Amino acid sequence: MAALINVPAKAKRGDIIEIRALTSHIMETGFRHTVDGALVPRDIITSFTCRYNATEIFRADLFPAIAANPYLSFFTIAKESGKLEFEWIGDNGYSSSASASITVE
Amino acid sequence: MIFWRAIAAATLLAAAPALLAGEIAPEARRSGYSFMGPDTRAMQDDDTSNPGMLFVLDGEALWTKKTGSADKACADCHGDARSSMKGVAARYPAFDKALARPVTLDQRINLCRANHQQASALPYESRDLLALSAFIAHQSRGVAITAGDEPELKPFVAQGRDLFMQREGQLNLACTNCHDDNFNKRLAGAPITQGQPTGYPLYRLEWQTLGSLERRLRGCMTGVRAQAYDYGSPELVALELYLMSRARGLPVETPAVRP
Repeated sequence: MAALINVPAKAKRGDIIEIRALTSHIMETGFRHTVDGALVPRDIITSFTCRYNATEIFRADLFPAIAANPYLSFFTIAKESGKLEFEWIGDNGYSSSASASITVE
Repeated sequence: MIFWRAIAAATLLAAAPALLAGEIAPEARRSGYSFMGPDTRAMQDDDTSNPGMLFVLDGEALWTKKTGSADKACADCHGDARSSMKGVAARYPAFDKALARPVTLDQRINLCRANHQQASALPYESRDLLALSAFIAHQSRGVAITAGDEPELKPFVAQGRDLFMQREGQLNLACTNCHDDNFNKRLAGAPITQGQPTGYPLYRLEWQTLGSLERRLRGCMTGVRAQAYDYGSPELVALELYLMSRARGLPVETPAVRP
């Protein structure tokens, strides 16, 4: 699925950088019913992970009350140049990933 | 008192001779953006936080995807959308000569699918149709709206205007009662806007998804407890056309974010 990642392309070593990740997902709560009364099954993202050069730096569990197309923003310290990898895991075997690179001077 | 009122009315008439009562002067037209809070504005302004951009990305992928029995992609005829589709959405709904009536951008996409791609029509409000129209309209971001300028459209703009002015539903309200006469005030805490359709299809936080202008209009009709027109009905298209002509000169914002 489509994802929008905002990571500064360049940073100074030791800088605190903001990372923002927006992904597309319906986040169906599992509490709603159709017009004829059938329950709409739950379909949400349950876990988000961010790895910075293979080291996990941020993880979040997501729940049914979180809006569609979840948007997460968090901070880390720029240590070295490399790659940030993002992974979303959810119901019905849902899995999606994205990555961004950063140059640290 | 009556004397001053008469002077005020005379001044208004002298200042805006072409305008009819209750209509908004061109220089006073404001996008819904200007009625929003700083958080929602920030969300729209940054393309990496604007959830509408997710649909634009999907639309970009669909633009180059071959489909239908003609096995053609949009890009096979139209090329790079960045140049070929620039300004197109600002002119829609536009007059279709073969059908002798105005068609919306969504209808144009489906006409293209039927006539040139030999593909089935995408249902209204389906993800693919919204993604394609968002991608196309996004190419016009910043372009001033000129829809309704074609001379053939005149009767349809007039029809849309009549519908805009016509009271309907159990609450017996016309669009104009809120969006011409009472914008800038509040309705149950929410600001009443001028109803300028500058950013469609747009991401509405209440919907948690992208939606078309027709969906928004149907929502308003349900709100005044009227029977909403069907998607693609001539009445909705005429209303859409009138609203676009009423927003003449405002820049396209697609994909906008609204509360």
